Amino acid sequence: MTKTVTDVICPFCGTLCDDLEVVVSDDGKQLLEVYNACVIGTEKFLHSQAKDRVTRPRLRQADGSWKEISYDEAADYTASMLAKAKKPLMYGWSSTNCEAQSVGNEIAEISKACCDNTAAVCHGTTLIAVQDIGLPTCTLGEVKNRADRVIFWGCNPAHAHPRHMSRYSIFPRGFFTGKGQMSRKMIVVDPRCTDTAKMADVHLQLEQGKDYELLNALRVAFKGEWLPDVVAGIPKEKIREAADMMKSGRFGIIFFGMGVTQSIGKNHNIDEAIAVTKDLNEYTKFSIMPMRGHYNVTGSGEVFAWQFGFPYSVDLTRGFARYNPGDTSSIDLLNRGEVDAMFTIGSDPGAHFPISAVKHIASVPSVCIDPHLTPTSGVSKLHVPVAFNGVETGGNCYRMDNVPIDCRKVVEPPAGMLTDEQFLVMVRDRLKKLKGAA
Amino acid sequence: MSEYIIKNGNVFDPVQGIKGDKKDIAIKDGKIVDKVGSGAKVIDASGKTVMAGAVEIHAHIAGPKVNLGRIYRPEDKLFSCTPTKGMERMGGGASIPTTFKTGYEYAKMGYTTAMEAAMPPMFAKHVHEEIRDTPIIDEGAFPVFGNNWFVLEYLKNHEIENTAAYIAWMLRVTKGYAVKVVNPGGTEAWAWGLNCLSVNDPVPYFDITPAEIVKGLIEANEYLGLPHSMHIHPNNLGNPGCYQTTLDTLRLAEGMKANNKFGRESVMHLTHSQFHAYKGTNWGDFESGAKEITDYVNKNKNITIDTGNVTLDETTTMTADGPFEHHLTGLNNLKWANCDVELETAAGVVPYIYSPNISVCAIQWAIGLEIPLMMKDPMRCYITTDHPNAGPFTRYPRVIKWLMSTKARETQINAFKHKDKVLSQTSIGSLDKELSLYELAQMTRAGPAKSLGLGGMCGGLKPGMDADVAVYNFNPDKPVADPEDIEKAFSRCAAVFKSGVQVVSNGEIVSTGNKRTLWVNAKVNDNPQVMRDINEKFLKYYSITQANYEALGHHFVPNPYALEVDATHV
Amino acid sequence: METVTITMKNLPALYLEADTITPDSFAGKTAAQIAELPVYEGNVATTLGKYFEINGGAGATAADTKIIVKGDVRKVKYLGFKMSAGEMVIEGSTDLYVGAWMTGGKILAKGNVEGFAATAMKGGELTIEGNAGNYLGAAYRGDWRGMSGGKILVKGNAGSDVGMYMTGGEIVINGNVDVHLMTHAEGGKTIVKGNTQSKLGGQMVDGTIIIYGSIETMTPGFKPNGEVELEVDGVKGKFAHFIGDMGERHKKKKGAVVYANLYKKI
Repeated sequence: MTKTVTDVICPFCGTLCDDLEVVVSDDGKQLLEVYNACVIGTEKFLHSQAKDRVTRPRLRQADGSWKEISYDEAADYTASMLAKAKKPLMYGWSSTNCEAQSVGNEIAEISKACCDNTAAVCHGTTLIAVQDIGLPTCTLGEVKNRADRVIFWGCNPAHAHPRHMSRYSIFPRGFFTGKGQMSRKMIVVDPRCTDTAKMADVHLQLEQGKDYELLNALRVAFKGEWLPDVVAGIPKEKIREAADMMKSGRFGIIFFGMGVTQSIGKNHNIDEAIAVTKDLNEYTKFSIMPMRGHYNVTGSGEVFAWQFGFPYSVDLTRGFARYNPGDTSSIDLLNRGEVDAMFTIGSDPGAHFPISAVKHIASVPSVCIDPHLTPTSGVSKLHVPVAFNGVETGGNCYRMDNVPIDCRKVVEPPAGMLTDEQFLVMVRDRLKKLKGAA
Repeated sequence: MSEYIIKNGNVFDPVQGIKGDKKDIAIKDGKIVDKVGSGAKVIDASGKTVMAGAVEIHAHIAGPKVNLGRIYRPEDKLFSCTPTKGMERMGGGASIPTTFKTGYEYAKMGYTTAMEAAMPPMFAKHVHEEIRDTPIIDEGAFPVFGNNWFVLEYLKNHEIENTAAYIAWMLRVTKGYAVKVVNPGGTEAWAWGLNCLSVNDPVPYFDITPAEIVKGLIEANEYLGLPHSMHIHPNNLGNPGCYQTTLDTLRLAEGMKANNKFGRESVMHLTHSQFHAYKGTNWGDFESGAKEITDYVNKNKNITIDTGNVTLDETTTMTADGPFEHHLTGLNNLKWANCDVELETAAGVVPYIYSPNISVCAIQWAIGLEIPLMMKDPMRCYITTDHPNAGPFTRYPRVIKWLMSTKARETQINAFKHKDKVLSQTSIGSLDKELSLYELAQMTRAGPAKSLGLGGMCGGLKPGMDADVAVYNFNPDKPVADPEDIEKAFSRCAAVFKSGVQVVSNGEIVSTGNKRTLWVNAKVNDNPQVMRDINEKFLKYYSITQANYEALGHHFVPNPYALEVDATHV
Repeated sequence: METVTITMKNLPALYLEADTITPDSFAGKTAAQIAELPVYEGNVATTLGKYFEINGGAGATAADTKIIVKGDVRKVKYLGFKMSAGEMVIEGSTDLYVGAWMTGGKILAKGNVEGFAATAMKGGELTIEGNAGNYLGAAYRGDWRGMSGGKILVKGNAGSDVGMYMTGGEIVINGNVDVHLMTHAEGGKTIVKGNTQSKLGGQMVDGTIIIYGSIETMTPGFKPNGEVELEVDGVKGKFAHFIGDMGERHKKKKGAVVYANLYKKI
């Protein structure tokens, strides 16, 4: 016999689909099938069933080999590393739940660490822009029910957020968008002819690195002012046409991704895109939303913010919170050789950071908490495998539009495995003893 | 639990009519009691003022728009973050403090209960996560209903029973406390970039007016017999001439009577009335409408109000009145955040500087003080700053100073750049009333507690009530030498008890208390139609499933306290 | 004016946060008292004397105090932080936040400085003989109140985001600058004697940019407005005039719209 768990939340991307159905064995120990998820999400669930999964912490030995140790020993090692460090970096947090993030923040506070999430390499620039100019946005259901102008700028949901267009942005028939796709005009801005671009009514194929100029020109076009003949490789007539198409909608939305957040201009690209959105609200209704990557990077920013006041790149070393990306941001800290211990959880800087930063990780005491074997676990001194959040344990997560959704546990983790939160509580309690805190 | 006796304090308790008598207050097992044993711990309150713990009826302290404010204003925390200290976690934020700091600051000023004034229902989990992380104080949250599609559709046909059943469902799944209305209809209109500026402006597509929404929600509120009345931020906030819209809104409650078992007598709570009491036609001839508003409220006993005092600070405005925030960013050109929430509401956030050098800000300051000074019944007017909209709640001691001292008001008026304008456009200069400590206890304790339906539980020092007690270093027997002493005394309590646990001693946090989340569990008859409508809206229009919307596990509300309401008899 | 000379003798293992190295905190102190001032290496609180040899003594006030910083201070942050008066000479290169939030006095950095120098500067003078990093004379994160007064001179090159949200004061860069110059500015002036890249004056409301070298890509929001003759540092020259950012909001003065000005040497 099997049983089916419904309304399951997918712990892969920021789309945080919550309509999955998962078939599990009657004893709740085996996950058999996944319905409604995209290929990537399905893999995420099925991957938890891998037979060769590492289920116990492993400590790197002098000869380079791994030695299996207990969770208690792993917690001792982690607490002692954090207690000794003058400037530990606690990075990741984007693929775990808010409850674990909250315990992590307590640990960071006790050990006076720098703490950061994966926004550092994705939408941190978006956050900087939001701090400079604000953010007119909405929930994804608003897009589904109202949007008749949908712009994808520097993002490719067809591959990166596979169910985004079918659940929220292009295809669904909403309250005021009864004709679904036919109700909407779709504009894609991308230097590449992506699979998303191929679906668009208008594809603005701009020159690489000229997003800021094109956004700037759109604002000039809204006001009907003078424009150069060509901006970012696009003739001004086409820019004015796109500007008119945006202004003529009743409810528009700009979705943007790492094509604009991490190319030249960075936070300024988003700053100007938000300015475009703000301008459009003089003529009609417009919103803008980052296509957040990790399924709970948004939640990490929320928890950091209500506990410390800042959404990422928080430096607690002086005993109080400070924030200034460029100084307090992970890659800068690592590249400049500012930190003397590395704690990674729920992310893979080994795969995503520049090699110079990864080299620094390899040169200091380090712990990696992750259910998977990753390039980061490979360079870390201690690897602590944990239960898959969203599969083997629940917990709150925030979708890309900041909507909180409580993840569900669908199967038991392999016997004796701890969750992120359980392991962090062990570390916290040890650290309190080491630091003599209450 | 320990026993305490607070000895020889000057006690002010409107619940029992005690006006400064020297009395002992005994605490046992979390409650105020007649007497305690000889082993009770003694707190010497001689020469001090003793009141019940204060009750905050309206503040934005937890949830998505508050946190958006934190996220997008690093400059609000620059050079002001505080370290871990004893029981206290790190804190930060001037106008939008972190959750920990929020709890500590309220407690240190003698507040033990606070209401989060606007919870977008879809974000209830977020609101509760922040409430959970706000130590010490009991908190409730008001879900917003004034632009909700179900409400608009039911009330279009005046379906009170269905509206009530829907409200009961919503309070249960969001662990909400009261029916909040913000710019009724106007925020739904804002989804198309529009607004409803009067009570008769039709809501686009839904074919209903703000007046019908407001009346219907009052009726549904009284049908259920909820602890608090319908709590409203009317249309047309913050515009010169808006007092007319406010009066139109207040008139909607005429003839309506409170129906509840909690001792509440009002059917409408008008919040941050300062923002709704503007006369004039533009910012040039802008003037106070405090007299018109208080005249009406003084005569109509089924209305309560709070003030929304401008504190002359740099702050962060935030409201579910989406179109207002868009209007505001057009005035001050500062960063604008907005979030429209499917089927339910919206919210906007804009920083604002209430400069004493700008005449409009100074006039707003005066209106906020005129209202409580002109109100005849302090049990129906409560002090707020609509935190953080008119100023941070941490400025309550300063507002109290201005209300208790004409000298303090004069000093401030003389410091304004446009003093003459303040005097000509308001009557603040001619008001010589000084609030008494008894009136202060009415406006900050007994009054708000009664309006919230908590009058039997908190806001007073009667035996049997929760032992929420604040002791201030303020000697009512001595004349006030310097008004600054008032501000100082109300900033940091000598002692604070929350449900019988001492949480503050000499201005420092000594316990993180026993924080509870207050919510209202309203039972109604089975209503298959409403359940079918809910089911349909989730299938077609919401972007999350009904099961995931309804799931609000114990980890979000670890220490709930439900006020039970039974409306099945109707 | 009294002079204090501090010389790095024990290099920090990590980076040193030395926001106490200012004429304001040194004022009225002896060398021994200065050695006791707090500094931070990561989360460890320690003292200035542990790293620096201190000679001389401070004047009675900040204005009477001159600090000479010697030795390798490339891993020292916050030199001249919130300084209000007096003088500081940094003989080598140094790290982040030189003269950040300074309101008066003079700083001379003889080497290079890293990012966030003169953040939100209100007054005084900062001269950098080498190169400056990113965010020179820019606002703190989220703040719309950037550099509002004072003078910055960079003899070498500067990085990106120079003068972001500037509202007053003057920045002169003798060398080249990276992308984004005076973004969101509402006043003030920046002169670049060398070459520039792109995204100059984006979202600029008011203020002046003068460029002597090349502009790789002109911001589309800047509209050609003829040629003018300008006198800069007492030297007259012919410049192409642009106004912008045409996409941005602008104030009106006496009925006329005020734009930001960008001049490029012809």
